[in-house]
Amino acid sequence: MHQSSDTRGPSRRGVMGAAAGLAAGSAARVAAQPAVSGAESGGHVAMRLQINGHDHDLNVDVRTSLLDALREHLDLTGSKKGCDQGQCGACTVLIDDQRELSCLTLAIAAQGRRITTIEGLAGADGALHPMQQAFIDNDAFQCGYCTPGQILSAVACVAEGHATTDADIQEHMSGNLCRCGAYPKIVLAIKQARGQMGRG
Amino acid sequence: MRPFTYERAGDLSEASRLGANTGQGQTDAPVQFLAGGTTLVDLMKLDVLRPTRVVDISPLGADLAGVALTSRGLHLGALATMSKVAEHPDVRRAYPAIAESLSLAASDQLRNMASLGGNVLQRTRCPYYRDPSWEACNKRRPGSGCTAIQGYNHNHAVLGVDENCIAQYPGDLGVVLAAFDAEVELSGPSGARLLAFTSLHRPADGEPHLETNLRPGEVITGFNVPAGAWTRRSLYLKVRDRSSYEFALASAAVGLDMDGETVRQARIGLGGVAYRPWRSPEAEAVLVGKPLDEATAKAATDAAFAGAVTHGGNDFKPELGRRTLVRALLQAQSLPVSEAS
Ligand SMILES: Cc1cc2nc3c(=O)[nH]c(=O)nc-3n(C[C@H](O)[C@H](O)[C@H](O)COP(=O)(O)OP(=O)(O)OC[C@H]3O[C@@H](n4cnc5c(N)ncnc54)[C@H](O)[C@@H]3O)c2cc1C
Ligand code: FES
Ligand code: FES
Repeated sequence: MHQSSDTRGPSRRGVMGAAAGLAAGSAARVAAQPAVSGAESGGHVAMRLQINGHDHDLNVDVRTSLLDALREHLDLTGSKKGCDQGQCGACTVLIDDQRELSCLTLAIAAQGRRITTIEGLAGADGALHPMQQAFIDNDAFQCGYCTPGQILSAVACVAEGHATTDADIQEHMSGNLCRCGAYPKIVLAIKQARGQMGRG
Repeated sequence: MRPFTYERAGDLSEASRLGANTGQGQTDAPVQFLAGGTTLVDLMKLDVLRPTRVVDISPLGADLAGVALTSRGLHLGALATMSKVAEHPDVRRAYPAIAESLSLAASDQLRNMASLGGNVLQRTRCPYYRDPSWEACNKRRPGSGCTAIQGYNHNHAVLGVDENCIAQYPGDLGVVLAAFDAEVELSGPSGARLLAFTSLHRPADGEPHLETNLRPGEVITGFNVPAGAWTRRSLYLKVRDRSSYEFALASAAVGLDMDGETVRQARIGLGGVAYRPWRSPEAEAVLVGKPLDEATAKAATDAAFAGAVTHGGNDFKPELGRRTLVRALLQAQSLPVSEAS
């Protein structure tokens, strides 16, 4: 597996972070994780995240959300920060194939889990995922800020079997707000993609 | 967010040891367990909760995320996610009100993350509690006063409030658990114990910063919901400012045991309108032995809201709450349930 590490050094938030340390709690069930150092790290902790099929070793402030880890430390800026409070869905990623909010996930708590961001959705050959293509075909966005979260959420919505009727799609996509009001076209895009995704 | 130490608890005894300072039910205890994080991380970012130690209990999910239906009732593991329980076929069939309270809550993303244990312990959404730039909030700063009483109180509670705090309990699941005589299973430094769900949350009682009767280091491990004829004929009706992804303005959990047109037993919980998960024995008593029609339903709801206290912005709530409960009762009555099953 490809490995990368965060070479940019402490972030602004990291420098401001005071003496948070990671005490070594025994972790019987999470033995797969790398060992973590204590308070001498000045609030920074080593962690390994598995993103889009690659392991990434990071050394960041213990307070770092998964969203900030992606955007500010790994240059994966496709995941967007709308509210940072769990209220908009712009930061949606897939974790172990389920849609979750990266803004309310501590990066350190996401170790050992499979994270998929919008950057990891297209095929290895660059071919767009049917849901990405469907958003383009149906013009299912205006400014595009909510779109990465909408697309990942939509992929999960179809995989869960929650995209059978328009009402179903509306209910199960309600966790993704769109300031531009592209909702009707998002529903059209999901209906196009659901038949091409093998399920739904 | 303030700095903290992060630890993972591999098992229950480790959770209780690491969590020994989770406090005596105060909302902002210095040690916090982390399950899904959807309440905790949010409130840490807002600087409302300031734990110095965060104990990640998600590894306990390996043993504590089960759902089991037996003749005695339903057992729900505390680390089960909201989405898992909402979609569980046994829960949907035998305890529809529980499944509905979960599927009508939050969003799919949040339900995938959030645990049942964390759900019942979620904090109020009172804007003055959630924003520390407001000086006065008795829940956040004991003795500082309550800004909401004179302020914006559109979605504040009308039942169980006092002159120190009118915060609304925002959760949905807890309303059903309160109505259905559920028990909370706890595991702590001095062993395991059971608590009636209605005793988990404290009444306002002048000390709104003390929210629960959990003892230091206690982890919620699960919930027992007893069997009863009313669980199948049950539903959760939620009324809100927008039709999805929103907290309740008023909600009702209703379970009915019917003998033809006559109510043998009723279970009634009220959400969105109360300070803590609210059961209404007063409304239940009005219904027992009576034929259920709009008039008896209204009489029951009058009993439920007899003690309501409003503060301007939420003056509409007792009436909305009454209408919500009337509708829930009549809908539950007409559910296609075979009484024999
Ligand atoms: C935008 C938004 C909308 C929402 N809408 C709704 C809604 O409509 N209806 C609704 O009911 N909820 C709603 N919620 C709240 C959400 O359901 C809760 O945040 C969630 O259920 C909390 O569970 P968690 O596992 O994430 O808890 P955490 O955030 O991990 O923990 C919450 C609290 O419980 C404690 N804790 C957690 N597990 C245990 C345990 N097993 N034993 C002891 N202590 C424990 C933690 O220490 C912490 O104090 C919403 C939340 C957001 C952000
Ligand atoms: S940024 Fe995560 S939900 Fe808005
Ligand atoms: S396209 Fe602009 S926010 Fe959705």
